[in-house]
Amino acid sequence: MQETATPNATLEAPPAADAIIRAEKIEKYYAQPSQNRIQVISATDLSIVPGEILALLGPSGSGKSTMLRMLTGLSAPTAGQVYWHGTPISQAEINVSIVFQSFALFPWLTVLENVEAPLQARGVAPAERRERSMKMLDVVGLDGFEAAYPKELSGGMRQRVGFARALVVEPEVLFMDEPFSALDVLTAENLRSELLELWANKTMPTKAVFLVTHNIEEAVLLADRIIVLGRNPGHIRTDFPVKLAQPRDRKSEAFTQLVDYIYKVLTQPDVSPAEAPGQVTEPRLRDQRQMRYQMLPHARPGGIAGLLELLIDRGGRDDMYRLAEDLAFEIDDLLPIVDAAQMLGFLKVEEGDAAITTSGEEFANSEILRQKELFRNAAVENVLLLRQIRRALDAKSDHTVPEDFFMDMLGEQFSEEESQRQLETAVTWGRYAEIFDFDSARRRFVLPDALEEEIAPREEAK
Amino acid sequence: MSLPRPLARSLVTVRRTPFFIDLGVAACALALFFAIVSTGVYWFQKPIPVVPISSSIGALHLYAFYSIVRMAIAYFLSLAFAISYGYIAAYNPRIEPWMVAVLDILQSIPVLSFLPPVVLAMVSLIPGHQLGIEMSVILLIFTGQVWNLAFSFYSSLKTIPKEMLEAASVFRYSGWQRFWQLEMPFSAIGLVWNSIVSVAGGWFALIFCETFTMGARNFQLPGLGSYIQTATNNGDVHALLAGIATVILIVVATDQLVWRPLIAWSDKFKFEQVESAEHVTSPVLELLRRSKILETLPGRVWNRVEEPVYRRLAKSKECRVVRPLEEAKSAKVSPALWAVAVAGGLAVCWAAAQAAFMLRTITWPDLRLLLEGAAATFLRVNAALLLSALWTIPVGVAIGLNPRLARVVQPLAQIMASVPATAFFPILLIGLVKIGGGLGIGSIALMLLGTQWYILFNVIAGAMSIPSDLREVCTVCRFTRWQKWTRLILPGIFPYLITGMVTASGGAWNASVMAEYSHVQGHTLSTIGLGAQIDAATDSGRFAMLLLATIFISLMVVTMNRLVWRRLYRLAETRFKLEG
Repeated sequence: MQETATPNATLEAPPAADAIIRAEKIEKYYAQPSQNRIQVISATDLSIVPGEILALLGPSGSGKSTMLRMLTGLSAPTAGQVYWHGTPISQAEINVSIVFQSFALFPWLTVLENVEAPLQARGVAPAERRERSMKMLDVVGLDGFEAAYPKELSGGMRQRVGFARALVVEPEVLFMDEPFSALDVLTAENLRSELLELWANKTMPTKAVFLVTHNIEEAVLLADRIIVLGRNPGHIRTDFPVKLAQPRDRKSEAFTQLVDYIYKVLTQPDVSPAEAPGQVTEPRLRDQRQMRYQMLPHARPGGIAGLLELLIDRGGRDDMYRLAEDLAFEIDDLLPIVDAAQMLGFLKVEEGDAAITTSGEEFANSEILRQKELFRNAAVENVLLLRQIRRALDAKSDHTVPEDFFMDMLGEQFSEEESQRQLETAVTWGRYAEIFDFDSARRRFVLPDALEEEIAPREEAK
Repeated sequence: MSLPRPLARSLVTVRRTPFFIDLGVAACALALFFAIVSTGVYWFQKPIPVVPISSSIGALHLYAFYSIVRMAIAYFLSLAFAISYGYIAAYNPRIEPWMVAVLDILQSIPVLSFLPPVVLAMVSLIPGHQLGIEMSVILLIFTGQVWNLAFSFYSSLKTIPKEMLEAASVFRYSGWQRFWQLEMPFSAIGLVWNSIVSVAGGWFALIFCETFTMGARNFQLPGLGSYIQTATNNGDVHALLAGIATVILIVVATDQLVWRPLIAWSDKFKFEQVESAEHVTSPVLELLRRSKILETLPGRVWNRVEEPVYRRLAKSKECRVVRPLEEAKSAKVSPALWAVAVAGGLAVCWAAAQAAFMLRTITWPDLRLLLEGAAATFLRVNAALLLSALWTIPVGVAIGLNPRLARVVQPLAQIMASVPATAFFPILLIGLVKIGGGLGIGSIALMLLGTQWYILFNVIAGAMSIPSDLREVCTVCRFTRWQKWTRLILPGIFPYLITGMVTASGGAWNASVMAEYSHVQGHTLSTIGLGAQIDAATDSGRFAMLLLATIFISLMVVTMNRLVWRRLYRLAETRFKLEG
């Protein structure tokens, strides 16, 4: 696992000594109640150097947020060390800010008080506090709103307060945890370009920006360097500079090529990524551990059917980037559906394109009952967890199995939260395909009613 | 919806702690009881002068003042203690399960049964018996109020969103700033609502405590409770009515002058992203807000205090380094702490054993009496709950489905819930004596008087929360009345009903202690019941009986909570939750 990520990611990157924040072989484990620990991030090196916007990109569950929290000192790595200008972060007086996805504003404080609060923590006198805060509110375009409460503002305005609060302490590194994902498309676009403007004009005293996102376009639009994370456990899959000139044009050939490339990396978790177009990056390889359970993508059967139907309309094959764009989906919305369809053998991903298979075509063109049957066959054949649940139900005399039984088995491999999500997805699929049913009051898997009735007389006959 | 929260005692629901913790807590309680009794017994022999209580209406304002002062002291003590307790429990993972278990058990024990030993202990500890009795009454009201508040604060702290904590941490807030800008505001609403319930319980206990007698000894304190009691004993109907009127007046005034403004004010601490359309309004708060002095003065004074603190704290290490949020868990325990813990544990074991040893004087007939009493009280409490539910469900639903009526009745129910039923008890008793009814029915009536309002209040809230589109579905689908009730209304109000019943059941158990045994106009009225056993044991100074009866009552309450209420609660939270 050690070879997964080495520093000196880019040839241009300054030596690590200049890094503001440098992480050395940081790992994160979460303790499980059942004694065993789940690794969420495998040993990773990473540095944040002055003068760049660094984007951390990855599917959900790849530990993006955990990484951000370790780099800001909010969470201590289980192994390894994070340095702030060469001093261990737990002893250094670090100067960073975070812009949160949920804004994390204090609803009982006015806009001005929210922005002043971090300065208050640093012991700045009231008059200066007010002056600096007002200036910062002015910069983010909120003058006149200082007496308002956050709940009176729109989402975009609230995130502006979040930015003002983060910038007012003049942080050396500005961390952003999916700052635009709770906003609507237009507002997000607007805020992004304003952020770039502040950065380009050096209006903000910040030396580096660290952006966590699951939006590929956003990363390509903003970042000077992109790191793509893989999951189970989180690790760096590729790390490359983006050398497109600002302002970047979404329609340009180089831009779409880069986006396509990242899509390809993300949809092929088992293949080591090729070089980024126009880059001179060392491709890194990672041996995927043999997993007992596949990770079920959290997609609904209806979504899978919808995607396949859309693909048929497009002649059975389309570019994923175009698909996402036309559906106004973000990668976290589309990827699970694609993954699921791929897992069931309904779809193949080639060269950033999604191509429907014959079974996929049959599935999409069938009526509902037949669809369920096809889904059932594909699921039982391809998905270990569903197959196991069904077998366990068939094997037991009362045809019920408690949820905990499978929680324990999944717990060997996933965190408790993820195990729960895996089971939820399994239930959604199982119910849809009538493989089994779930009694949520007793937290037990049961056979569907129809089957139960079928089996009961047979057993009585015995 | 006019009220965002149900009026309820908090119930510890989501918790899984090992059995030994409960056992440990029970041992602690036993030990405490023993300590209290053994201090008390020293003093038991000494005589005590009786404070004469006047029943002239002219003295009423003075008595009211005494009672209010007692109440206020006990309340602020509870608030301060509850906040420290919740804070320590939430931020010290090592002792957290213990502290939560203590909360869980202590808030279900009827405190009134602790009154006799506590009075004795305090009187013997504090020279000048009057002060001793005062202290014991305050202590008792305090213990009745504090657990509810502590649990509310603790669970608020536990539900602060992680990103808010991270924001506080990454912006290097000191503990002080975090407390005032994050933790207190976040828990304010819960504290206000729980204070209403706590203070109502406090009045109930206060009125009872002020009239406390033990055998021939009289521990009366000048106050509203003793005033009403004296008036009853003297058969002075005017004084009696005046006393009750004063109690109601105080409760209404507290509601209008304190709680309403507080509820309206705490609205700004609601943790919401979008502003909700309806607010609780309070004319008093509006008036206060118009005052120029009040607008600027507290802020300025507060700034004077606050600024130097912030300036000093900014230089501390705490404010210069970002600490990991999960750090606290890895702290090591020093050997000294271990030694203290072991010594404490041994002391507790010894005292618990002593207390248990005290039980040797219990004879088989005693035990039979207690068991009979337990059964009778159990039936009585549940009969009271059932009766309240029977009338409040239809009435509450009718009111709740009519929003205009609900807006008027719900605050009234809230006030009624706060009026201490103990104040009406003397009248009830006189009535019973006159018509020759027994205390068996009388005690159920008293429990009803105190508890039904909680259920009514919550049922109204529940009925109001049923979405109107679901009601329209019932109309469109032509549901019969039966279908409408079983398919929509009962499931819809279920969570609220359970909340109300849990609170009511706590109140009813507490009431049983005083309802089943009473001195009135020279007679001693009593019926079979645990509460009566407790009182009788008190009168005759039989601490062993008192202890065993208290253990019984606590066991029953705790078991009921665990086996019945908590399960229903969970059901209410999962299956019958109306997700908006």
